[in-house]
Amino acid sequence: MELTSEEKAALNGEHGDTLQTAYRILVATGEATNAEKLIPITWAHLSGVNYNTIGDAGEQFLRELSKDARVKVKATVNPMGIDFDHISEFNHIDDEFIKKQASIRDSYIRMGVEPTFSCTPYDIFDLPEKNTQVSFAESNAAIFANSLGGLKTNKESAFSALASAITGKSPYSDLRKDDISTPMTIRMKMNNPNELDFGMLGFFAGKVGDTSVNISGVSQPNRRSCKALCGGMGTSGTCAKFQFVDTEDDTSEKVDFGKEEMNEVFDELNTAEKGDIITLGSPQLGLEELSDLSKMLKGKSFEKRCMIFCSRFVQEQARTLNYINEIERAGGEILSDCCTCLTPLIDTNETDAVTTNSIKGAYYLKNSTGVDVNLKPLSKIIEDETK
Amino acid sequence: MSKIIVQGMAQGTVLKTTSPINFLGAVDKKTGMIRDKKYDIFEKSIKNTVLVFPHGIGSSVGAYTIFSLKSYQSAPVAMICQKADLTVASGCALANIPMIIVSDEEFDSIHNGNQITIDTNSKKLFN
Repeated sequence: MELTSEEKAALNGEHGDTLQTAYRILVATGEATNAEKLIPITWAHLSGVNYNTIGDAGEQFLRELSKDARVKVKATVNPMGIDFDHISEFNHIDDEFIKKQASIRDSYIRMGVEPTFSCTPYDIFDLPEKNTQVSFAESNAAIFANSLGGLKTNKESAFSALASAITGKSPYSDLRKDDISTPMTIRMKMNNPNELDFGMLGFFAGKVGDTSVNISGVSQPNRRSCKALCGGMGTSGTCAKFQFVDTEDDTSEKVDFGKEEMNEVFDELNTAEKGDIITLGSPQLGLEELSDLSKMLKGKSFEKRCMIFCSRFVQEQARTLNYINEIERAGGEILSDCCTCLTPLIDTNETDAVTTNSIKGAYYLKNSTGVDVNLKPLSKIIEDETK
Repeated sequence: MSKIIVQGMAQGTVLKTTSPINFLGAVDKKTGMIRDKKYDIFEKSIKNTVLVFPHGIGSSVGAYTIFSLKSYQSAPVAMICQKADLTVASGCALANIPMIIVSDEEFDSIHNGNQITIDTNSKKLFN
């Protein structure tokens, strides 16, 4: 990879340890993706915010880094493990967790990030103009940005996005370029798919696709289904972009996603017939989804605990529009700054299985939280779990 | 063609899987134990091994898992992949774990239990 003299100097430590570390990461990721140079980016979205996932080593790293490091471009951050406004309602969360999570939050704020604590930055900010180079680590956000937002990012890692935030640069490679070879086409064979089906399609596509896939046989999914597709895809593989196509390219490889393929994904992630609690929001719910949910809950109440995750920004908007009133009246618990994935708010001593409509959520509930999962689309959750 | 992603020298015993690894979900960040039953190296520890696997998948936070493993002295001494991905590359870069990419033939020629020396300064990257 070609570096400018300025970049070389930074890599050699002439501008201090922080920039040297950042450039070391950019050079490794640049080599990994055969980049020829670094290019400017205008927005970095960082992962590695939840104490549950980054642990003591991560907390300490960020504490040290934030003494000196400052972000050079707009930077937003992923969810934390907990919602500080509601922590008193969760007795099983220990003081150590709260202390370490607060330290991580403060380190990021010290570095100058926008305290969004959301995996759906696209639900909070207007996206910049098409073809703008950004650096998104959260996989569902990277896929959304590339596929639905017209932006350009690779599926960044927590450290590559952090290095981009500090330097304002990213390696010019893969999805940042325009010359992508014809991707594989996934043929959607399921009729009238709901958001759970789209999540499974994404999970399947992520497994079989490489960097980018085409998807045929799908018409105009709603935002909930699009987000489910992005979430599922980001969980299972390295694929960071999809494109809905009407006609199939003759030269591309084709793979069908039908009943059999769907059942295989379902059986991998669905391990319980019912859940002790319900979680909605992985990715965190947006305004439109909260509006839908409030309408679906009219005159109904949840029969068990239902945690609903959305960003703080979206919660405030939804509150003024009275969506939250209706959801809380129905017994839903609105939580912000955290999400289904890897939250310790789910008490594994009390919870054996969780009902959710999220494939991404299901994967992490099962593999990281360590509970069984009962998968159902939202309409079925409302039908079965409310009265 | 072999390629250096993170420079360094290391020696160790190969632990190989043909499944791509999601470091966040599959590896215990303190002990290095594989805790996802789906893997053929389930309940094996990647600590002090030369970890050989196709590439990383899934969460971008896996990079922190690699950094954490190093902090707990539970990291592999080196990693050899078929394909580079940003999560593994950046995690190794920050944790100073030598990492190389090898060709499919070379990948196939490496077996569990092999003793391997990696030296990114020598012409042949591994032996």
